[in-house]
Amino acid sequence: MSDPSTAPQERDQPGRLLLTGYAAEQVLWMVPLILGLVLFVVGGLLVIVWVGIIFVVAAVPLIRVIANRQRHIAGRVLGADLPPPYRPSPDGGPLIQLRTVLTDPMTWRDLAWILWAITFGWVISLLVIILLLALVTFFFWWFGAYPLLWMRSQVDRVLLTYGNTETLERRVEALTRSRAAAVDHSAAELRRLERDLHDGTQARLVAVSMSLGMAEELFASDPDAARRTVSEARAATTAAIADLRSVVRGIHPPVLADRGLDGAIRALALDMAVPVEVIGELRGRPPAPIESAVYFAVAECLANSAKHADHEHAWVELHHDRDLLRVVVGDDGQGGADVDGGTGMRGVMRRLAAFDGTMAVSSPDGGPTIVTLEVPCVLSLPKTTPSSAPV
Amino acid sequence: MRLVLAEDNALLRAGLIQLLETSGFEVAHAVDNAPALDEVLGDPTIDGAVLDVRMPPTFTDEGLRAAIAVRARRPGFPVLVLSQYVEQLYARELLASGEGSVGYLLKDRVSDVRQFVDGVRQVLAGGTVLDPEVVATVMARQRTEPLDRLTAREREVLALMAEGRSNASIGATLHVTDKAVAKHINSIFAKLDLPVDLEVNRRVQAVLAYLRL
Repeated sequence: MSDPSTAPQERDQPGRLLLTGYAAEQVLWMVPLILGLVLFVVGGLLVIVWVGIIFVVAAVPLIRVIANRQRHIAGRVLGADLPPPYRPSPDGGPLIQLRTVLTDPMTWRDLAWILWAITFGWVISLLVIILLLALVTFFFWWFGAYPLLWMRSQVDRVLLTYGNTETLERRVEALTRSRAAAVDHSAAELRRLERDLHDGTQARLVAVSMSLGMAEELFASDPDAARRTVSEARAATTAAIADLRSVVRGIHPPVLADRGLDGAIRALALDMAVPVEVIGELRGRPPAPIESAVYFAVAECLANSAKHADHEHAWVELHHDRDLLRVVVGDDGQGGADVDGGTGMRGVMRRLAAFDGTMAVSSPDGGPTIVTLEVPCVLSLPKTTPSSAPV
Repeated sequence: MRLVLAEDNALLRAGLIQLLETSGFEVAHAVDNAPALDEVLGDPTIDGAVLDVRMPPTFTDEGLRAAIAVRARRPGFPVLVLSQYVEQLYARELLASGEGSVGYLLKDRVSDVRQFVDGVRQVLAGGTVLDPEVVATVMARQRTEPLDRLTAREREVLALMAEGRSNASIGATLHVTDKAVAKHINSIFAKLDLPVDLEVNRRVQAVLAYLRL
């Protein structure tokens, strides 16, 4: 007990009473599980007359909540981490959501698990409780509680989580999806750049060239008019330079190259209309592509918060620990931010997904809105990286 | 006035030398990289420097770092920093020491020759010249104490002061008399609780307050 290093191990192994508590919980879950199963099956049969869809839509979240609780219990008993393995819900209407749910193999495995959990699994859990309550069987409870629940949890694990091969398959699937999204994203970015350069800078330079051509003609006949035309041309070059500057900022903000992620976010915070506090520092620099993806993600979050939230204060927290970069962007506005509402946020998610990064939005009505960005990466030693030389 | 010029683009360097020399300044040293710049900034006979932010060897912000370093050694040494882009963060860093004689402009402002040379003169005379783009982002911010005490017109005057404009130029821009400008400026000084001091110094202090340093 005195050695603190043993503490986590003791926590990992639940005591017999806690195990029995888990068993009692599992016994009680039978009622909602049967309800969920019935809802799902009846809904499935009634899908032809549409109303069934509502049943299925109600049943699936209920089943998932209980299944996740069971994953937690099985994880505690087996000393392993069993995270929820469901596919993320996509953007789109209820029919698309429904399709994703029904094509997710885990939905069907959950159903198979219910059949186990309300029959043999239920009997095992009940047995553990009876062994304790019957008192005369206390001896069996003392030695049997853990093996019994261990057995049940093993079956739970097999049914409720993917095995190694399946995990790898899922990983390949996720990578294929995120790679396709990343390619789409960069193609869209290139199209945007092409448009910006074509409609902005190039058009202005054409105007400059025309003005100068006209001035050339005019110098002999009307020097005053020629001078006016030249000064118009100068104004147009200034505008072209400003256009180029904004295009460059959109590709890779120079301050990001100069100062790295935290300096660039500090610079960004200064440009916001509402005070933005930047908390924390990074001791090194993430790889350049991640730096840039996270920078634009934070820029998008701050821009969104400036647009929608009537807040008085916003903040950005930077944190890097155990090869995970975490950036939290928050504001004390009215909340109610909707990820599906903006294409910008979806773009941010897709861009981060290319680096196995995630974005979580919490925005209850009444606020605060908190966006958490997480990207696994290692930091390089602090240094200034050479960027492209000016031409 | 003997100046140091640091700019790595040969065309622009030649152009700036010509521009500065025809306007009556002497370009004592013209360099194109950070180590050479550090060396010539050690020259005690120079009166000021015009620096590009991004230069070899790393092409990041060595011009800015050199400016801050030389002003740490020689407080109030006039420096005009030129850049392809402006950041409020950099303006704050340049002004953090609390002295004037600082300019921070977009490179393309050079195309307005008269205003650019005027800016160089302002900086050498101890003034503060910030690029209108920096000033515009500051203007867009929510006002807090003590700046929220200023009227809208006073804020306009303060913004133009931050750009390094003279009273006459401010008056011309806002279509008011010099006297009215002076009145606004005195009111700004009073509202920002700036001590009665040299006129130049108070102007600089007001601009610093404006940037909320």
